[in-house]
Amino acid sequence: MNAVTTNEKPLLTVEHLTMRFGGLVANNDVSFEARAGEITALIGPNGAGKTTLFNCVTGFYTPTVGRLTLRHADGREFLLERMAGYRIAQQAGVARTFQNIRLFGGMSVLENLIVAQHNKLMDASGFAIAGLLGLPGYRAAEREALDLAKYWLERVRLTEFADWEAGNLPYGAQRRLEIARAMCTEPVLLCLDEPAAGLNPRESAELAEILTFIRDTRTPGGHRMGVLLIEHDMSVVMRISDHVVVLDYGRKISDGDPAFVRNDPAVIRAYLGEDEDSDLPPEVAADLPDAVANPVQKGA
Amino acid sequence: MTMPSHTASAAAPTNRAVDWPGTLRDAGLAAFVALLLTLPLVGLRTIDRPTGLGIEARPDEVIASIVLVFLGRLGLGLIRQNLALPVLVLALACAGVGLVLPMPTQVLRLVLVAGGGIIALRAAITLTTGRSKLSQAERDRRMDRVAVQVQHATKYIAPVAIIGAAILPLTPIADRQILDIGILLLTYIMLGWGLNIVVGLAGLLDLGYVAFYAVGAYSYALLAHYFGLSFWVCLPLAGMLAALSGVLLGFPVLRLRGDYFAIVTLGFGEIIRIILVNWYQFTGGPNGISGIPRPSFFGIADFTRTPTEGMAAFHELFGLEFSSLHRIVFMYYLILALALVVNLFTLRVRKLPLGRAWEALREDEIASASLGINRTNMKLAAFAIAAMFGGFAGSFFATRQGFISPESFTFIESAIILAIVVLGGMGSQIGVVVATLLVIGLPEAFRELADYRMLAFGMGMVVIMLWRPRGLLAHRDPTILLHGGRKPQSAGAAR
Repeated sequence: MNAVTTNEKPLLTVEHLTMRFGGLVANNDVSFEARAGEITALIGPNGAGKTTLFNCVTGFYTPTVGRLTLRHADGREFLLERMAGYRIAQQAGVARTFQNIRLFGGMSVLENLIVAQHNKLMDASGFAIAGLLGLPGYRAAEREALDLAKYWLERVRLTEFADWEAGNLPYGAQRRLEIARAMCTEPVLLCLDEPAAGLNPRESAELAEILTFIRDTRTPGGHRMGVLLIEHDMSVVMRISDHVVVLDYGRKISDGDPAFVRNDPAVIRAYLGEDEDSDLPPEVAADLPDAVANPVQKGA
Repeated sequence: MTMPSHTASAAAPTNRAVDWPGTLRDAGLAAFVALLLTLPLVGLRTIDRPTGLGIEARPDEVIASIVLVFLGRLGLGLIRQNLALPVLVLALACAGVGLVLPMPTQVLRLVLVAGGGIIALRAAITLTTGRSKLSQAERDRRMDRVAVQVQHATKYIAPVAIIGAAILPLTPIADRQILDIGILLLTYIMLGWGLNIVVGLAGLLDLGYVAFYAVGAYSYALLAHYFGLSFWVCLPLAGMLAALSGVLLGFPVLRLRGDYFAIVTLGFGEIIRIILVNWYQFTGGPNGISGIPRPSFFGIADFTRTPTEGMAAFHELFGLEFSSLHRIVFMYYLILALALVVNLFTLRVRKLPLGRAWEALREDEIASASLGINRTNMKLAAFAIAAMFGGFAGSFFATRQGFISPESFTFIESAIILAIVVLGGMGSQIGVVVATLLVIGLPEAFRELADYRMLAFGMGMVVIMLWRPRGLLAHRDPTILLHGGRKPQSAGAAR
């Protein structure tokens, strides 16, 4: 499907990422890559450390150990672990959505999308001075921002709700708006934290369609962008992702295309648990924690 | 949500019997609460005796207030039970008695007239709408609709109000007192609009705004005192110094959030005041600074009868009869212009990325950061700009009074300005004007009540907060519309 990308350097490289909160190790030596033009899904049971990893990538946490490299198509490289939170969005071009939706509820739908283009407009308005004077340069920039907002409104089918208060939208529409808002920052990497949570099957299908559209979207420079996705809805993950990374207890336990991951015994074990008379390959069984391998001891 | 109230109002007419015991019990309870409250507050009065402080009991006033509370509560209870008409008549009679007959105290008259009036109004509303059991949510929605209408009518109200304010000094009613009250109101409106940038737009609860007001006032006073600079040179300098103090405070403080932030700004306000009190060699300490020069007519003319050298006299320049009122009128126009600058700036900046980023920060800081908004810079900008406007207002205050002391910059001033912003509805420009008229205007209007002035003021605040918890005109219009012609349908979406 995306044969071109394999020859390029990956968009995001995560190396030996470890995140500790006191004694709790949320991410333990995780390494993986995400490529442009691909949807990379990050899955795992609850508490596996997916959101922590996301917060490291998007600058909300500074990782304890590890390196996060983001490569733009023009060759610029950003070491995300060394950047202040807002600069990751501003300069490196990483946008994100949140597990529990974080819209600007009291502002209108359209305003949400205009705020997302803050940095571009702020430059154009010369820290509000050109804007206060109403100079033509700023007006042109504002028109462009409005066009981009309209484009994404149309894409997520919210044009008719543009003047509504964002907080009054139905739940599914809020999810779509949050994605549109992230896209209005014109990112090279979009990070989505459980975008299908709470959606009905029809809305999930619609979401999958939006995500594949975003994967094929070109950045303003004409390059492809990458999508990093945390998702519990396996039907969505298996249908649209090009690459799946599985976490469990903060460690990476599997990494590959959806078909490979689906049949990986380590993944099945993490999700379904393991019973005694399993026919696991011996090399996997040897890795099992004692409690799982010898349930009799536990009972005694 | 609306269903239960409909069924309740539909059921009420069938049940015509009045629940006397219940209503009386309710009114009795209210009277008991009134007893508990009035016994210490109204019933005891400290008086200065030659031998020391004595206490005088005033049982008659306690009894009067209890009886009035009892009757008022009874009236409200009966309105709800389809007896609105008799209550209306009685309440009107009460108000009439209060107006016409001589009363032992002014307070009793006010209670009778205002209380009777309010209850009569309530009864009249019930009679005309025919629905006495509106649910709280429904009432809120109605009030919101009124607020929206007022907000939309601002387009027409604002020019009328501005023109009205502009021609006020030219009308015959403009005597010294009216103009002084006008200047006072406009000063607070300007401060309210300034603080609105920080509290209403950026959502930062600043409890020490008066510090910037003080910095502005003392900047002008000290620059004039030590260097003999004129008002027109000092006005921008005072603004800059206040903005600088805003940035200095902002750097360490803006990483704090919510309550912690509020406490530190409160501390900052006190620090400034205490410095002003204690650094007496420089600031004059508690004695303040007197003899602050009055402003000239843009450096061209003076408002005195015998101007200083190199300056023309204002009345001679314009061929007018000399009047001491000229300076007051000029001050009035000066503060009107300054306030309008603040208003214009706020209206304009709301439509700019800076203002939108402030509102986004108020709504959700984390989401703002995820969109690449530099939170510290945005908040610093809000702080510095609001501080600058506070500084302008401060130097105006100094030149108007001619004398300033730390006394004028206590925490209560911050609280009043904040109350104006919150009561008006955070972020609402017209709300600030309405709230200033209430908060500053009412105590002026209640001057006759003497001791009870602040009590009446506090009662007004409580009523407003019960009635409109989010402020009088808490309604926000989007700064940009896609479907300009159509009305925003937020009401429909809530259903």
